[in-house]
Amino acid sequence: MAKPKRVTIRDHSAEANLFARRTFITFIGVVIMLLILFSNVYQLEVKSYEKYQTRSNSNRIKLLPVAPNRGLIYDRNGVMLAENKPIYSLEVIPEQVEDIDATIAEVSDLLELSQEQQDKFFKNLKRKRRFKPIELKSRLSDQQVALFSVNQHKFPGVFVEARLKRYYPFADLTTHTLGYVARINRRDANLLEQEGKSENYAATRDIGKLGLEKYYEDILHGQIGWQEVEVNNQGRVLRTLDFTPPVPGKDLTLSLDIELQMIAKRALSGKRGAVVAMDARDGGILAMYSNPAYDGNLFVHGISSKNYRRLLNSKDLPLINRALQGYPPASTIKPFMALTGLEHEIITPETRIWDPGWYQIKGVEKKYRDWKKWGHEWVNLSRSLEQSCNIYYYDLAYKLGIDRISTMMEKFGFGDYTGIDLHEESRGVLPSAGWKRARYNQPWYAGETVSIGIGQSYWTVTPLQLAQATSILVNQGDVHIPHLLQATTTSVIQGLPESEAQQQNQQTASYVPGQTTVLKTETIHYEDKPPVELKQAKNWRHVLDAMHNTVQVVGATAHDAFKGSKYDAAGKTGSAQVASLGEDEKYEADKIQENKRDNAMFIAFAPYDKPEIIVAVAIENVAKGGGGTNAAPVARQMMDQYFGERNISAEQVAVLPFDSLNQTGQLADHSQLTPEQHAKLHQSPFNFALGGH
Amino acid sequence: MLTSNALDQSQHQTKRLSLWQQLHIDMPLLLGILALMLLGLFVVYSAGGQDQALVIRQAVRLGISLVVMFIVAQITPSLFRKWAVPLFVIGILLLVSVLLFGHVGKGAQRWLDLGFFRFQPSEVMKLVVPIMIAWFLSRADLPSKTTDIILAFVLVLMPTLLIAKQPDLGTSLLIASSGIFVIFLAGASWRLIGVCTALASAFAPILWLFLMKDYQKQRVLTFLNPEQDPLGTGYHIIQSKIAIGSGGIYGKGWLQGTQSQLEFLPERHTDFIFAVFSEEFGLIGVTLLLLVYLAIVMRGLWIAVNAQTAFNKLLAGSITLTFFVYVFVNIGMVSGLLPVVGVPLPLVSYGGTSMVTLMAGFGMLMGISTRKRFIG
Repeated sequence: MAKPKRVTIRDHSAEANLFARRTFITFIGVVIMLLILFSNVYQLEVKSYEKYQTRSNSNRIKLLPVAPNRGLIYDRNGVMLAENKPIYSLEVIPEQVEDIDATIAEVSDLLELSQEQQDKFFKNLKRKRRFKPIELKSRLSDQQVALFSVNQHKFPGVFVEARLKRYYPFADLTTHTLGYVARINRRDANLLEQEGKSENYAATRDIGKLGLEKYYEDILHGQIGWQEVEVNNQGRVLRTLDFTPPVPGKDLTLSLDIELQMIAKRALSGKRGAVVAMDARDGGILAMYSNPAYDGNLFVHGISSKNYRRLLNSKDLPLINRALQGYPPASTIKPFMALTGLEHEIITPETRIWDPGWYQIKGVEKKYRDWKKWGHEWVNLSRSLEQSCNIYYYDLAYKLGIDRISTMMEKFGFGDYTGIDLHEESRGVLPSAGWKRARYNQPWYAGETVSIGIGQSYWTVTPLQLAQATSILVNQGDVHIPHLLQATTTSVIQGLPESEAQQQNQQTASYVPGQTTVLKTETIHYEDKPPVELKQAKNWRHVLDAMHNTVQVVGATAHDAFKGSKYDAAGKTGSAQVASLGEDEKYEADKIQENKRDNAMFIAFAPYDKPEIIVAVAIENVAKGGGGTNAAPVARQMMDQYFGERNISAEQVAVLPFDSLNQTGQLADHSQLTPEQHAKLHQSPFNFALGGH
Repeated sequence: MLTSNALDQSQHQTKRLSLWQQLHIDMPLLLGILALMLLGLFVVYSAGGQDQALVIRQAVRLGISLVVMFIVAQITPSLFRKWAVPLFVIGILLLVSVLLFGHVGKGAQRWLDLGFFRFQPSEVMKLVVPIMIAWFLSRADLPSKTTDIILAFVLVLMPTLLIAKQPDLGTSLLIASSGIFVIFLAGASWRLIGVCTALASAFAPILWLFLMKDYQKQRVLTFLNPEQDPLGTGYHIIQSKIAIGSGGIYGKGWLQGTQSQLEFLPERHTDFIFAVFSEEFGLIGVTLLLLVYLAIVMRGLWIAVNAQTAFNKLLAGSITLTFFVYVFVNIGMVSGLLPVVGVPLPLVSYGGTSMVTLMAGFGMLMGISTRKRFIG
């Protein structure tokens, strides 16, 4: 039975009375609070009027922020990689100009002002105070500066203003590593505010956006200075009362060798790929170059949308630093696989297997093929690397199982950041049972382990990771963190008043009598990571020996590339499948699309008995051959340069012209691809497919 | 029983509705609003370095918000009551999603990026919270039962904490007060009010330790001792006080304020516009300004007292009093009574996303005001 609905009769008048009472109370509260506000303002405007009036009148002292000079960047031999160059702009102080329209017209005749520039000027003219300079034309050329200076007397109130702007003399050669600075945008400003750095950036216009410029922003930027000035009652600056000079940012000295970098660029010319050269003894990066590259200077002045679109839409993806992006490692992983096999006693250096040209898991139909159709017959450890035998590693990987492989590879840094001083680093992918569960929510199948043995399937590693892993190998377990920064330098000029010293600071080369420059250099010390330890230390040697043979034995995969070299190198080649073929399909490079051709990989070190340099090379979609014929010669050129068989001199490097946009044009032409292929290529240049041979 | 239509007609017979009432415009309120807007345009022109484009943009924004006010005024208040719960639930969900995937702007996550436009759910909550609490407490007779009052507090606390977490202390403060005003007007007992005040003071250390970000703490510390940091944040407060104080009784005159024209004052045309106004128009100007605000508040409270239903009364009272909180907090912070929390001077400051919300609130007030005679 339903309960009868109780009818409540609201006492409206009682409610209204209660509400009216409460409202009246709040009204009293409002009046009291207004009285508080009023009495406070009364206090300020009447009682303390004299005091504030005086303070307002004497409020003629203004603090003007002065931006610090950004630290410079040098290579390991002191070649300047990033400097601050004066940029000239034409500015106008309206109140000093008698007839503004006529003046602008005359200046326009002289310097060819565009309509856009004039419109912008007149727009700013309306909103700025008459004694404040307004920019009329930015980035004057030297000729324009000269032309205007000669005619300066005709234009009172118009003047040339110089500002320091970042300049990268080597342009695209260093962009991926150095990055660039550009105008502080809203997002940067918000970030600075969050980090409490806004005040230090009050006068700064540019901020590091990429690469080392971003990573070491705090070191490079320096400390803001303040100029205390007296202004008159119209706001004009009358004189400087006090000057707290800014502290310039520290200069950076990199481990990079610009000549080696130059060789890398030349060796990769016309190809997509990356080279990393690393000092085997401490992890310092000697060269890191990704091709195609682009000119960072374009971004410093605000890149035009046309140029930006061109870079962004280029099929060759010049904006990406390929040295820090994942590629399938392919056969370059085999030395590490061999080491894992030795460590777990699955193989000994003497273990031989028969390679008929294919491999099958017992009871499974599928055949995994060797790259050589007839196989390599009997293969032991050394021969397996010399010939890059797939069957040996299919078998080894299958016997090891995914867990033992992924645990060992993790120790070599695969699937994780190397810790290099760049934010753009990718981790790559180290496949493991856990990874597959997390990524695809699927179990790991034993059959998948087979292609892991030859560095295919899901596996991707960055050229930098390859170099680091090789470094761990040659150092027999010691893990040096790869890095670019070697030292920071602060220069202090003595014997000059401090304010002048500041202005002189960037021109330490010019000698002024009675003045000495003291350079304080701080070398950066990098802590090693915990070493990789093997049960039997002699296994390191077995693998290194086999890599040595891969370069030194006639007929081995990397032999030809290093024929006649004056140093003793060791290495390992690799050719990564990018597209999967049907079981009976034959790979013929000239018949498949450019973007589906194999990637060529190579790792190397030298000298064999006391390694100094490690080189890792990745080249995308090579026309024919594999790592031995495409990537190894790049490493050869790098090492030739390093060991003194110089192909290029410092003087040559300094005067070489650079133009990244032209360079992009030299690369492979993709115009014959369909739009879908374009899209796919654009999405991922590192695309690769699963599956066996 | 009479239908409302029949009531309408009977109403027509006894007293003809004026044109303004048919348009749901409350004339005294509108006049107050327009006076402030006009004044605001003049001060923005002076504070913004005599930039005409700035004034035009502000005028456009004012025009849009007047249209919003007019549209909201056409909605019957009972519709808000009906939609109170869904609106509140959606609002809370939006606040949670802002915290999860919100757009970070100015160091705080306030925006939800919907692709085509960005949207600040905390703004909408400024109106939804009083609607919700007014609905919740007007279900039963007033004064509300203690359990209802406590539940209402919990309802207020949810959005308040979510917004404080963004972090947006200014808005979270405004929302908390909009809800608390409803609770107070609904007749919460004085003893309960005492307990809640005690609880709130206990909450302050939690706020300081867990919810406030460093820059907010810095503002409070600077407020307590501005002279300690005369070049940093304390500079704002010192310069603002100099501007107000040097205005004197008559002010320096429009466009003549040295503090503002010579750019000693920070955020001149936005949050600190009151300092510019005081410098140029002096104590006389300030007195007039405060009187206009008082008039608007009085009119709003008058509408609340004369509103027909409990829901309408509570909503109207809350909207009016929250408007006053804006005024008090802004003038208080600019004249050095309160820490800097980033609340604009309503209807005078340049820009601010809160302008539209504020005017939508006035639209509700007008809707309540012009419908009160419909039901006996």
